[in-house]
Amino acid sequence: MAGIELAGVSTVYPNGVRAVDALDLTVADGEFFALLGPSGCGKTTLLRTIAGLEQASSGSVSIGGADVTRLEPGVRKVAMVFQDYALFPHMTVSENIAYPLRVRRAPKPERAETAARTAAGLGLAGLLERRPAQLSGGQQQRVALARAMAMSAEVLLLDEPLSNLDARLRLEARTFLKRLQRDLGLTTVFVTHDQAEALAMADRIAVMSEGRIRQLGSPRDVFQRPADTFVANFIGSTPMNLLPAQVRNGRVEVAGAHLDPGGPHPDAPVTVGIRPEYLHEAPEGITGTVSIVENLGVTSLVTLECPQDVTVGLTVPEHEEPPVGSVLTVAPRPGRLLLYDSDTGQLT
Amino acid sequence: MTPRQVARRLAYTAFMAVVLAFFAVPMLWLASAPFDSDPGLGLRWPDWTLTNWQVTFEHPYALSSLVNSVVLCVVATAVTTVFATLAAYTLSRVRIPGRDALLYVLLLLSSVVTGTAAMVPIFVMMFQLGLTNSQYATGLVIAGGLLPAAIFILKDFVDSVPRSYEESARVFGASPTQVLLHVVLPVARPGIATILVWAFVQAWGNFLLPFLLMRDVSSQPAAVLLRTLRDEGGSANLTVIPVFSLLYAIPVVALYLFVSKRYGFRFHGGIKA
Amino acid sequence: MVDAPPARRTGRARDTAGIGVARAVTFVSPALVLIGLFLVFPALWTIYIGITDYTLTGTASVAPKIVGLGNFVEALDDALFGNALWLTLVFVLGSAVIGQNFLGFALAWLLRGARPALRRVVESLVLMSWILPSVVVAYLWIALLDRDGGTLGALIGSPGTAWLVEYPMASLVVFNTWRGTAFSMLLYSSALAAVPPSQLETARSVGASGWQTVRDVVFPHIRGHVLTNTLLISLWTANDFGPFLLTAGGPNHASETLPVFIYQQAVPSGRLGYAAAVSVLLLLVNLVVSAVYLLLLRKRS
Repeated sequence: MAGIELAGVSTVYPNGVRAVDALDLTVADGEFFALLGPSGCGKTTLLRTIAGLEQASSGSVSIGGADVTRLEPGVRKVAMVFQDYALFPHMTVSENIAYPLRVRRAPKPERAETAARTAAGLGLAGLLERRPAQLSGGQQQRVALARAMAMSAEVLLLDEPLSNLDARLRLEARTFLKRLQRDLGLTTVFVTHDQAEALAMADRIAVMSEGRIRQLGSPRDVFQRPADTFVANFIGSTPMNLLPAQVRNGRVEVAGAHLDPGGPHPDAPVTVGIRPEYLHEAPEGITGTVSIVENLGVTSLVTLECPQDVTVGLTVPEHEEPPVGSVLTVAPRPGRLLLYDSDTGQLT
Repeated sequence: MTPRQVARRLAYTAFMAVVLAFFAVPMLWLASAPFDSDPGLGLRWPDWTLTNWQVTFEHPYALSSLVNSVVLCVVATAVTTVFATLAAYTLSRVRIPGRDALLYVLLLLSSVVTGTAAMVPIFVMMFQLGLTNSQYATGLVIAGGLLPAAIFILKDFVDSVPRSYEESARVFGASPTQVLLHVVLPVARPGIATILVWAFVQAWGNFLLPFLLMRDVSSQPAAVLLRTLRDEGGSANLTVIPVFSLLYAIPVVALYLFVSKRYGFRFHGGIKA
Repeated sequence: MVDAPPARRTGRARDTAGIGVARAVTFVSPALVLIGLFLVFPALWTIYIGITDYTLTGTASVAPKIVGLGNFVEALDDALFGNALWLTLVFVLGSAVIGQNFLGFALAWLLRGARPALRRVVESLVLMSWILPSVVVAYLWIALLDRDGGTLGALIGSPGTAWLVEYPMASLVVFNTWRGTAFSMLLYSSALAAVPPSQLETARSVGASGWQTVRDVVFPHIRGHVLTNTLLISLWTANDFGPFLLTAGGPNHASETLPVFIYQQAVPSGRLGYAAAVSVLLLLVNLVVSAVYLLLLRKRS
């Protein structure tokens, strides 16, 4: 078992794009770690740099305390599951799973035995002689995982592990992956663009943009206290309200209302961040007219048109939806109002 | 059915009948004349006999020319397939500036030059090197002409093979040679088979290059010998020509039947707009 | 992949397969050597031989002299060269641009919905005519078109017509259409398979006729294929040595296309320098045609 340590890693493409930019990161032994970010943020490149498929242009990559920056991918004791699983179409499930052993020229009986054992552990026992094309998406994913496990690596990398599954299977696979990771205790890094996946599975999350880490923390930290407006925007299935505001005399003036900042704050223009989930009806607060009500299942998302052209979203429990056109006054739960510097976007 | 639909149906049937006749009639001769006791140029129900075959087998050069064809064809096909596979894989996976433009120019050059435009220098070159009358040398010349198109088609094929296969193998510790043997070649097998068949058909049927480079009748392949059968003694040797044509055509026809049964005869991506 | 836009992907590391420079060179060079030796070098040498008075036999075969553009001037003045150029044009336009192109498309279009058995038979025959060795094919057509007892004469009840002698170019055009239609048919079949069925159904649902569908829905999709196909079959036809096997250029140069003309000048007449000069002219025509095509293709995108 081994942790991963990245120090000042940059990965620059031949066309000059800095996909990863002077990045420091430590992943603890046995941790389930998520790299989260929008398309093109450098998260996949970072994963591939750990795997050795990309060379770090500067900085160093260590695994289990050993510097592997210049090592070939195959000798880093890192296994990887690709987004498309990369199962070899001409090999059976058994041959696919045992492929890491074939590379090492392990004898055939040993290969077959390892394949059978690993497959059984993942519920693939009856499928050993099938070809990848004859498997469902979920089965293919498990074969890819089995192959990675057969390598007996110290680190497991997963590139967008759930993106090739349909919506229903995705939830199952999420639970499955989390249990598997816990049972194996393997240091695991996965890449995803889906914040819900990262929040649900990871022990810690690094939110990335433009080759840098914007925030590093537990799912709870990242969800409750996004470090800047970029993260605030990116995390959460309903977008966070980010409203222009002004702090004056210790009160936050926003959309014609005066709210409590929850602590002392100098007078300055700010951006107020409040999650729709943390807003509720109150005698005092932001007042607006209900314009849209969207049913999200257990809750509904209500959109309020407020003064100064501000739009505010909040969620309400089922059966408590206000009629469209009615006027509503809402306030954040105590301690759930975040203030961001309106110039830098940083949490203040 | 409306009258208009009936008319269209009839027009369709008539067109297909004409097409079928157009393509089938010339070929019937190959089925009848070899077995006719008095083979002529025209098509008729044969007066069955196998003497033509006996005469053909006794022809001093008939069978040896088929052997020559096999040697020439195997050299050209093997060289084309192996070299094109290696080059196409590398060109697909390694970025070289100007690669696509270069390939395109070579492709155009090959479709322009191989026919006839380079007839003179190739003849002169091989003549001065003393490589005329060599099946191996002629096979190499043919391969040189086939290679650009073969690389072009195969590269297109390898381009469509996901890179994650090779990357995955590398992560599991495979060396570049293992990546090639375990993953790339098996996955690209249909493309390689296409090139193999295509090169074989091209080399087997090639007339001009052996005609230019193989002046000695004992080393000539079937294509050239078959042509000579017509000229020797001023008139066509109608006992041997039909049988020999059939013998010479059989490998190609058999290959076609095999390929179309096994894979279906289609362009897979291959040539793009 | 979801992660980065395609343009960025191509900018990704130069060697994802881990081939390495040494191995890359080893893999590519055998092919390049053969191409250089038997394709590029001859093409360049053609130009050099073209400016000499090199011959197959006689004094000029031992010590050829440079005659500059003499051969080219002679060619442009040579009525037989003009004749060959004109016949090549007729051959290419008639059998490739019109014959193979239209018949190939018609077959691809009409066979889409045909019964599988009919489709298989037609495709097999068309493909067979394409892959049979050229010498065999030549005999088939000599037998078909012969004066005495030729199949065509017997079929249409007018024996005694020596088609290859009386109508040599027309015979060659029909022959080459028969010979090469398969390529166009295959290419158009795969192109038509890529036309979205929903668009064809839309055309049908608004009552478009077959021709309107082809013009408004199919053609815009396959324009690139039409260009590519026309270029390739034109180049192949222009350089095809097949006519030699059928008529050897006769009677009296009436079917002597450029490749046959070059051969006749180079080998039987032994005028290697002059033949090479004509080859260069043929190459130039080919290059002009290719350039026009590339311009058209670029305009499209």
